Amino acid sequence: MENFTPVAGTIGGLLIGASAALFVLLHGRVAGIAGILGGLVEDRSGEAGWRLAFVLGIVVGPLLVLAAGEFGPPIAIDASWPVLIAGGLLVGFGTRLGSGCTSGHGVCGIARLSPRSLLATFLFMEAGMATVFVVRHWIGG
Amino acid sequence: MTGKPSAKIDPKTVVAFVCGLLFGIGLAVSRMADPKKVLDFLDVGAIKTGGWDPTLAFVMGGALIVAAPAFWIVRRRGKPFLAPTHSIPTNRTLDKALITGAIMFGVGWGLVGFCPGPAVAALGLGGMKAWVFFVAMLGGMAAYDFMLKQRKSHTG
Repeated sequence: MENFTPVAGTIGGLLIGASAALFVLLHGRVAGIAGILGGLVEDRSGEAGWRLAFVLGIVVGPLLVLAAGEFGPPIAIDASWPVLIAGGLLVGFGTRLGSGCTSGHGVCGIARLSPRSLLATFLFMEAGMATVFVVRHWIGG
Repeated sequence: MTGKPSAKIDPKTVVAFVCGLLFGIGLAVSRMADPKKVLDFLDVGAIKTGGWDPTLAFVMGGALIVAAPAFWIVRRRGKPFLAPTHSIPTNRTLDKALITGAIMFGVGWGLVGFCPGPAVAALGLGGMKAWVFFVAMLGGMAAYDFMLKQRKSHTG
């Protein structure tokens, strides 16, 4: 448990929650990143402006934390190139087919106790845990 | 987006950018933009050796405490403050697409440690690897749209 950081995790979570809260309070929309990106890929007319602005904000936010010297060690992407591509395809296809990701189902959906989001979050957590178990303890171990 | 250059910026675009900033800062502060940190949460096999990292549960808890009242307010009010209607989903059907999609997403998440938000947040942090994942993810989304269109054109 040496890497367990509950305080930073909770503060970061409150900020993510504030983002979702502000977006639904002002514009009545779910701050689901898969949905926001999916709308860009799908190219719904007239909706691209705010979607791009949201995405740009997510890119710039961490760079501000980095510039302030508060980011900590660099991120570690350990997956090999083929695994990165396979993982990306699965995450992209799966979040669209399943109508949401960790933010759309996991935060915004559970926040309103949606049965679909509760089930989806349970399933992607279980599938993620099973996958890591296979990769780290069967193949890797 | 009106298509013509104008000094006026849609307030929705400004709100979206501010919300994106908050979201991105939250991902950075909680370190959820780091796939290793996420994989350490998903690694429940490490509980017995003391290597498990439960931080992600605190991130979700923190987010839910703030988001839940906001959704309650908008649903009770019937509309948000800056738009005529809300687009909070109303579908309550537990169908095969939801189940299959969530499992596929979970497998991809467990393989790399990126879900869509952190994959975007990492674009300025993780170099080439973050971009390759991001492009593959958009490819997966495009493949889904293509499949949907094919299916629609077959069933007429």
